[in-house]
Amino acid sequence: MTVLAMVAPAAQVAGVLLGAPLVAGVMRQVRARLEGRVGAGVAQPWRDLRKHLRKQAMTPSGTTVVFSLAPAVVAGSALLIAAIVPLVTTFSPLDRMADLFAVVGLLLIGTVALALGGLDTGTAFGGMGASRGITIAALAEPTILLSVFALSLPAGSSNLGVIVAATAHDPWTVLSVPGALAFVALLTVIVAETGRLPVDNPSTHLELTMIHEAMELEYAGPRLALMEWASAMRLTVLLALLANLFAPWGIAGAGSGAGGFLLATVLIAAKVAVLALILGGIEVFVAKLRLFRVPELLAGSFVLALLAVTTSSFFASAVG
Amino acid sequence: MGWPARIRRIGRIAEHAPPQPLPITAAPALLRGSLQIRYVDVGSCGACELEIASAFGPIYDLQRYGISLVASPRHADALLVTGVVTRNMEAPLRHTLAAVPEPRIVIAVGDCACTGGVFTGGYGVVGPVSSVIDVDLEIPGCPPRPEQIVAALRSIVGR
Repeated sequence: MTVLAMVAPAAQVAGVLLGAPLVAGVMRQVRARLEGRVGAGVAQPWRDLRKHLRKQAMTPSGTTVVFSLAPAVVAGSALLIAAIVPLVTTFSPLDRMADLFAVVGLLLIGTVALALGGLDTGTAFGGMGASRGITIAALAEPTILLSVFALSLPAGSSNLGVIVAATAHDPWTVLSVPGALAFVALLTVIVAETGRLPVDNPSTHLELTMIHEAMELEYAGPRLALMEWASAMRLTVLLALLANLFAPWGIAGAGSGAGGFLLATVLIAAKVAVLALILGGIEVFVAKLRLFRVPELLAGSFVLALLAVTTSSFFASAVG
Repeated sequence: MGWPARIRRIGRIAEHAPPQPLPITAAPALLRGSLQIRYVDVGSCGACELEIASAFGPIYDLQRYGISLVASPRHADALLVTGVVTRNMEAPLRHTLAAVPEPRIVIAVGDCACTGGVFTGGYGVVGPVSSVIDVDLEIPGCPPRPEQIVAALRSIVGR
């Protein structure tokens, strides 16, 4: 265990903290350019956050500690995931905690905290958003579990570090039928889980169509900043995890020096930026799905993930 | 023709930004570079809304200055009020203002919101916005042109 490996989780947390608003900014900027607009620049989410953090904190009358704590729990769970998943190195002291089931559980803690915060306001839209958010989470979380599980079968472990290390060792394992199926399934649920098009429209003004936004309608000032920051961090962490599960080139291993760690940090930032560019580009071409069609999309991605697990276990048993 | 080809052919729709207007002293320094607006119609005919929608459209592109419309007054820094205040909208206007976190500003858009316009003294009319809440910035016109709205909002964000 080198000093570098000890620093890696801290670097991951710092990178996600600082980079998450920029990821959101890149996606908005791509959208603006493709729509013929100029766009506010990739740093605009940072300007918004800086302003919200210094505004008056408001607690709506009738809300309890659940409302006040929800943003901290959402942001905390996202940061914990950022610390433990293998983004920069597969060889960090927190690696043994980066179990697939633990990470999905942490994601769900954030989702539930967000829903409870929405429910606690007692408004019609808060409750409606919470019910929709939980419905989507209930459909999306099993798919995340299953699609990563398909990748874990060849590696023989549900530890994300081991999975990523195995893929880095033998990159061709993901270029297979289970790998392709799992990739599509995982991308679909990441879009659903982070409230992007076509499941949810993050820039809507119509409360009736909102899912994620409806739960944070009553948040103002620093708490709103924390909520928006947290949702950007969740997106960033999931995109980074997706990049490393399927393209772990350059990730630092046990024997990497300072140069290797630096290269891994630059590479993961570049991979996330490319994914954000692609996702932002796709969002221009898709409309929001009708709410009752969303379960069909998520059921479809679940079937893909199930097929990925089935084929993966078939290949694993055929080889073994 | 497919959408990607259409996007390539049309290219940039937004017009070039006019020279930056002088910043106004009434605007809080916190709102430099980022302004989120909740828009409230308290009795408008709809003309001011069309011009506001046009100002946020791709040609004038207010979003490039860091200005955006939001869905909740709790997320907002500014209230954009259009129309003359009608009796039914007097209390909702006060409640909306109370939900906006400090520092906040109120912008009255159009002659009706600024002075009452042709509806002054009418049945069911309370008066201009300034008779109900404090107004920081007025954009006159019936309706004001999108350029005026863009210039007024840019003087707040200073971009």
